[in-house]
Amino acid sequence: MSLVTSTIGQGLLWGILALGLYLSFRILNFPDMTVEGTFPFGAALCVSALVHGVNPLLATILAFIGGMLTGAFTGLLYTKGKIPILLAGILTMTGVYSVNLRILGKANVGLLNQATLLNSKFLAKLPPNFPTIVIGLLIAILVVVLLALFLNTDLGQAFIATGDNETMARSLGINTDNMKILGLMISNGLIGLAGGLLAQNGGYADVNMGIGTMVIGLAAIIIGEVVYGKNLSLSARLVAVVVGSILYRLVLLLVLQLGFSTNDFKLISAIILALCLMLPLFQEKFHIKQLLKKGIEKP
Amino acid sequence: MSKLELKHINTTVNAGTAEEKRILKDINLTLNDGDFVTLLGTNGAGKSTLLNIINGSLMPTSGQILLDGQDITNYSEVKRTKDIAQVFQDPKMGTAPRMTVAENLLLATKRGQRRGLHLRGLDQHLDFFKQETAQLPNGLSDRLHTFVGNLSGGQRQTLSFLMATIKRPKLLLLDEHTAALDPNTSHELSELTNDVVQKQHLTCIMITHQLKDALKYGNRTIILNSGRIVLDLKNPEKSQLTEDDLLQYFAN
Repeated sequence: MSLVTSTIGQGLLWGILALGLYLSFRILNFPDMTVEGTFPFGAALCVSALVHGVNPLLATILAFIGGMLTGAFTGLLYTKGKIPILLAGILTMTGVYSVNLRILGKANVGLLNQATLLNSKFLAKLPPNFPTIVIGLLIAILVVVLLALFLNTDLGQAFIATGDNETMARSLGINTDNMKILGLMISNGLIGLAGGLLAQNGGYADVNMGIGTMVIGLAAIIIGEVVYGKNLSLSARLVAVVVGSILYRLVLLLVLQLGFSTNDFKLISAIILALCLMLPLFQEKFHIKQLLKKGIEKP
Repeated sequence: MSKLELKHINTTVNAGTAEEKRILKDINLTLNDGDFVTLLGTNGAGKSTLLNIINGSLMPTSGQILLDGQDITNYSEVKRTKDIAQVFQDPKMGTAPRMTVAENLLLATKRGQRRGLHLRGLDQHLDFFKQETAQLPNGLSDRLHTFVGNLSGGQRQTLSFLMATIKRPKLLLLDEHTAALDPNTSHELSELTNDVVQKQHLTCIMITHQLKDALKYGNRTIILNSGRIVLDLKNPEKSQLTEDDLLQYFAN
């Protein structure tokens, strides 16, 4: 039971990362590799702030702001420097690695009895793992509501239009460069925030903790889409992303229970994502939907 | 009164390389308020380049562009959209596929305006959109909440045209906007274009390869050949033109 509750809590926190990734991957329609640098950057900023006695809430906000900075950096390389987005992301990610080492001073820094957002006094009476669920839920709801509101403003619509058809967006007077930079900043801000929260949850920051985060975020997005289908309003899709993230964590838990080691985690993550991405192909090839229907009609 | 003035416009691409090519050569052109120009020319004559110079996606090598007497030569493409609207040849270029018809129209009503953090107010606009789309030939008014990616090419292009004119532009640029459509739809959109341009008294440049359309529509015909204006006729002379007259200007 405690494994399930801790998994749900983690799923919520990873869901915030997935929401950030959704903005670049699905709305702006390009792969932003900055993620794998932003995530440990948020964690490193948050943990070293906590170690230096900074208020946990401030440390968490710092992780968000730090993420926005890396996003802005990739955005500027991409739009003003005319570097292809894939390369721009990789450049930032690589550069930030050194910055993370500078911030932490070594490869891994643990939190020892420091106050964090997740062990605040008012949460102390809750059963184990529930503080993470409560905080994760609160922040996930806040982020979903704010994003849904933003996407429904004139600015948000211009942002969506930029990802959907850049030529059209420009012809309607939308400054698409600014929209891409803004999108990457919000996206990476959320990813940095997730890094800070998961570092507080895990009790440490590690320079290598970014490896594979892109796959985790994408898996959450894709699983959400597979489960809910694609005919959703944009706001509902945001919720689907968070649910997808929790489901993905539960699947990983299941796999671990089958006896795989945590060392196999990344391989399993990659396989799950690859299968989810190929699902539409399988459905077409093997007529899975018809088979399922037939199975129900003729028991 | 002159609406658009091009003064000594020259455009050279790939300057300083072996591929250097002069596309526009000393173009001087004045459009009056309400001029509806049909622009003809062979492939590579410089028609699209001329449109790109006017909409700001390409900067001229030399020369000056005035709109309503104001020098806009150094205005960015984005800044010019406040006054200049365009419909592209490819129906996919002018619309956002993953947004609905109404959402696309809403984006277009704010062409060239600052877009801030206030709610978009889609519902308040629906009656207006319903009324505007009801005047179009292909049933868009019943599909306001359909994703544009699910529309036919003709519907998408009609929508593109409405989007370009829903907020009245000072200048409307049409880059072979009916060329990718089947003959019937193409004819419908041409007629719609003519109606709207007349009714709203728009100043408009329409590129076309159809000599019939060039003769039928507009009050003025211009032919470009190798980067120069070789014919520029207004009504009443324009209405006397025949296809044979036009063809002789296409010779190299």
